[in-house]
Amino acid sequence: MQNSTVHPYIPNTVPSVIEEMLAVTGASSIEEFYEDIPQSLRVKGLLNLPEPFLAEAELEEHVTGLLNKNRSTREVISFLGAGVYNHYVPSVVEEVINRSEFLTAYAGEPYEDHGRFQALFEYTSMMGEMLNMDVVNVPTYDGMQATATALAMAGRITGRSKIIVVSDVNPDLLSKVTDYVRSHTELVFVPTVNGLVDTAALAAQVDDATSAVWIQTPSFHGALETSGQAIADLAHEFGALLVVGTDPIAYGSLTPPADWGADIVCGDIQSLGIHQWFGGGRGGFIAVHDDPKFVMEMPSRLFGLASTSVEGEYGFGDVAWDRTSFALREEGKEWVGTAAALWGIAAGVYLASMGPTGMADLGNTVLARTAYAQQQLAAIDGVELGDSAAHFREFALDLSASGKTAAEVVTALRARDIEPGVAIGEHGLLVCVTERITTAHIDTLVSALTDFLKEK
Amino acid sequence: MALPVSPKPAHRRFHQARWDEPIIFELSTPGERGILVSQAEPAAVEALDGIEKQLSSLRRSSAPALPELAQMRVVRHYLRISQENLGADFNVDIGQGTCTMKYSPKVNETIIRTPKLSELHPMQDEASLQGVLEIFWRTEQAIAEISGMHSVSLQTQGGSAAIWANISMIRAFHESNGEGQVRDEVITTIFSHPSNAACAKAAGYKVITLMPDANGYPDIEALRAAVSPRTAALMITNPEDTGIYNDKIREFVEIVHEVGGLAAYDQANANGILGITRASDAGFDLCHFNLHKTFSTPHASGGPGAGASAVSERLAPFLPNPRIEKTDAGFTVNYGGEKSIGKVAPFFGVAPNVVRAYAWIVALGASGLRQVAEIAVLNNNYLLALVRQIPGASAPYAEGKHRIEQVRYSWQGLFEDTGISSEEIGIRMSDYGMHYWTSHHPYLVPQPFTLEPTESYSKSEIDEYVAALAQVATEARENPELVRTAPHNQTVHAIDHDDLDDPARWAITWRSYQKKYFSGAEAQLAEEPVSVG
Repeated sequence: MQNSTVHPYIPNTVPSVIEEMLAVTGASSIEEFYEDIPQSLRVKGLLNLPEPFLAEAELEEHVTGLLNKNRSTREVISFLGAGVYNHYVPSVVEEVINRSEFLTAYAGEPYEDHGRFQALFEYTSMMGEMLNMDVVNVPTYDGMQATATALAMAGRITGRSKIIVVSDVNPDLLSKVTDYVRSHTELVFVPTVNGLVDTAALAAQVDDATSAVWIQTPSFHGALETSGQAIADLAHEFGALLVVGTDPIAYGSLTPPADWGADIVCGDIQSLGIHQWFGGGRGGFIAVHDDPKFVMEMPSRLFGLASTSVEGEYGFGDVAWDRTSFALREEGKEWVGTAAALWGIAAGVYLASMGPTGMADLGNTVLARTAYAQQQLAAIDGVELGDSAAHFREFALDLSASGKTAAEVVTALRARDIEPGVAIGEHGLLVCVTERITTAHIDTLVSALTDFLKEK
Repeated sequence: MALPVSPKPAHRRFHQARWDEPIIFELSTPGERGILVSQAEPAAVEALDGIEKQLSSLRRSSAPALPELAQMRVVRHYLRISQENLGADFNVDIGQGTCTMKYSPKVNETIIRTPKLSELHPMQDEASLQGVLEIFWRTEQAIAEISGMHSVSLQTQGGSAAIWANISMIRAFHESNGEGQVRDEVITTIFSHPSNAACAKAAGYKVITLMPDANGYPDIEALRAAVSPRTAALMITNPEDTGIYNDKIREFVEIVHEVGGLAAYDQANANGILGITRASDAGFDLCHFNLHKTFSTPHASGGPGAGASAVSERLAPFLPNPRIEKTDAGFTVNYGGEKSIGKVAPFFGVAPNVVRAYAWIVALGASGLRQVAEIAVLNNNYLLALVRQIPGASAPYAEGKHRIEQVRYSWQGLFEDTGISSEEIGIRMSDYGMHYWTSHHPYLVPQPFTLEPTESYSKSEIDEYVAALAQVATEARENPELVRTAPHNQTVHAIDHDDLDDPARWAITWRSYQKKYFSGAEAQLAEEPVSVG
C-alpha cells in the first residue's frame, strides 16, 4: 500500500521531520502558518482534481499514452510551415541543452553561471555574424514579441507614431503587433504587388511622421524582397527607420538585411536547431548596430564581455542593466522576464555545428528544393503560383482554376499521408519546403495532387 | 575491518570548474565542420539555376564568419562551459527568492522527448493532435480548479508575457464597455514584480504605485485615495515579496470593483497557497501562473518559461485565440472569438512546458498539491527561525507573524557593523556552491536578500544553506577582506562593470569586441582592453 503522506518530490514529508521543524518555529501545526488567511477565503476540503498517478511508472504510462494519440510530422510527408518549420535538429544540440547545468539554471550571477553567460554571448555573437550586426539580444519569447518590440523601439527612437507595413505578414504576427503597439502607434498598410513591396505606393505614404517601414522577408508567402536597398533609402530620406522581420536561416547564402540598410532586424530562431514543438519552441531576436541610441531602447537582456580582476580572463555581465524594467519598473523600456534563453543556447550550438559552409549549403538546398517544388507544382493543370517572386522555403499556390478548394486538397492528401500545406483563404495553399524535404517527397506531392485534381 | 569514516567538514568544500575555455570563435579551424547538410539533387540545382538571376541582388558575397569546428570539439566546448554553470540540480537554490526554484522531475524530461510532441506541427490534421490537445485541455481544467477561475489559456510564453495578456485583456474589456479612453490608470504595489508596472506602462497606462504601511502590508488607505473612475485595474501579488499574506485582499478587490476597475492577481508565485486559497475566493477578475515556477518546469537558464492566464466568466471572451474545446467528437480548436485580444504568442504556447506541468499536477493530485504548499510554508518558517538567529540578519515588517512561502530579509545590521553589503555576501555564497540573489529593485528593505525554500529542499539542505550564510556573516566580521574580494572558488574573478555600462567599451558580440579593441581604432580604445585569453 502506498504511504500517501510521503511524496518523492517533497523531502520533508516524513512526520518526525515535520515535528522537529515545527518545534524550531514554535508553531504547533502547519495550519498555524496560515493564520493570516481568513477562513472566508479558504478552500474547504480538497480541490476537485483527478486521482493522482503516484507511481512514476503509472504516471509515465498515462502521459505517454495521451501523447501517443498524436501522429507526428515524421509519420507523414509534411509541407507545413506558416511560422513553424520542420528543419533538422542535430543531436549535438539536444546533448547540450538537455544537460542539467543549462536546463535547470536560472538567474545566477555571472560568477556562478559563467557558462550560461558565455553560451549566450556566443549565441548572440554568432547571430551577429549571420546578420552582420553588432548587437543582438538574449532571446525574448518569440519572433512575434521581437517584432512588436522592434517596432515599439522605432517609435521611441524617432519620437513618431506611424508604421508602414509593406510586406505580406503572417496574420498571427500582425495580430500580436497590432495589440502591442496600438496604444501609441498607427499601422498603415501598403499592399504588395506580385508578392513584393510596391515602392511607388510606399513613396506616396512615407513622410516625416513615419517611425518605421516594416518589411517581412521572406514574407508570409515566402517571397524574398529584392528592393530592400531602395526601400531603406526611401525610409531614411524621411528620417524613418527600416525594420526587417526575417529568419536568419537564409543568411548563409543570402545578403542579410543590414547590408541593404536595415536599422533593426528581428524574428524567430525556431529554425536554428529547435524542434517544432506543436508551435511552442520559439525564441525572438532583435539585432541593431552598436549605437547607444538604439541599444538603450532595447528592453531585453544583453550579455557582454568584461574584464576581471585577473588578467587574461574573460568575464561576462549584463550590459546597461539600468535600462531594464528590473531596475526601472514603469520607467523601463517595456519589460523583461523569463523568456527563451535555452533556445538561444540551442541556436548557438546549431550555428557552431553548421559553420559557414553548413549554413551556405543549407540555404542553397532550401532555395533549390523550393524552386523545384514551385516548378513541378505549377506544371499541374489548374495550379498556379501565387506570385512570381523568388522564394525561400515557402510559397503560395493558387488553386482557383482547379475547381477544388484548398481545404478539399488538404483533406484529400491527408488521406495519402501527406500534409500538403496550410490553407490560406478558399483557394490558396501555403507550401513549405525545408532541407528535410527531398525532390522525391516533392514528386510524391505532385503526383498525389495531380491525381486528386483529376478526380471529378 | 570497516573503513574509518572521515570527519565531515564544517562546510562543503566546493570549487567551480575552471576550464579557461576560449570563446568559440577562438577555437575555429578553417575547413572543419560539425555536421553535414542534405544536398540539393541535380534536378533541384537546375531549378535553382533558373532563378539565380532573380536572386542576383540577394546573394551574399562572403560567408558569415561563424566558427568552424568538428563535431566533437563543439561538444567539448559546450560541455566544458556547462560545467562552469551552477544549475538548480547542483545547489540548494533557495537563494533565488520570488522565483520558486524547485525540483523538476526527471520523468517529465523522459516524457517530453518524444517525436509525438517535439515533431508536431500546430496546423496538422486535428485528428492527429488529439493527445496534445487533450493534455492542454486537461491542464486548463486543472488550473481553472486551482485558481477557481472560469477559463484558462496557456498561450503565453512566460510570467511577464502573461502579465501583458492580463493588461491587454483589461484594456479590451474597458474598451468593449466604451470606457477605453476614461480608464487610463493602473494601480500596483512596490513589492509586486516589476513587470506589472512595466506592462501597464507599455500598454499606455499611467501607473500608480502603492507603498507598504508600517507593518509591510500594501497601504489600504493609499488604495482608497488612489481609486477613481479613471482606475482601469489593480495589479497585485499576495503574498508579496515579503511573504506576508495581505488579509484584506478581498477588501482591496472590492474597493477597485466599486469604482468599476478590474483586479488582476499576479500568482506567478502561488506555491505556498496551492489548494489553500484561490484567486476567485478574493473576487479577482484575472490571474496568471508561471508554469516554470509553481508547476515545476525547469527554468532553462532563463526560459522557455510558460504562463497560464485564468479569468472570470466576464473576462473569458477576451482570452487570447485560439481556444481548445472538448466536443463529443474529441478535442477541437476554435480560432474565432470576436472579443479576443487575438494572439499574444504563436499558436498554443510552450508545449513541452505544458506537458511537464500537466505531468507534475497529475503526479501530485489534490492532496499532493496541498502538501506542496504546506511543506513549502513549513520550510519557509523553519528557515525564517534559523536566519533570525544569525547576528546582523533580520526580517523587517510583521514582527511576530508567520510568513507564507518566502521572506525578504535584510543584512542592514551586519552592514552597519562591517560595511559588507548584501551583494558581496551573495558573491561569497557562490564560493560555497550556493546561489544567492539580493532582491528586485527598489531596495525598500535595506541590504535585502530574499529566500524561498519551496517544498523541494530537505531539512538538512536548509540547514546547510543557513550554515553557509552564517559562515559568511562570521567572515564579514572576522575577515571582511575575504568576503570583499570574493569570489575565490569560481570560474572567474571580480568583474569590471564599467566595461558593461560604457557605450565606448561595451562589447555585446564578438565582432563588436574585435572592432572596438583590435581594429584600426584600437589606439583609442586599447587603454584598458579586455585581456585575450
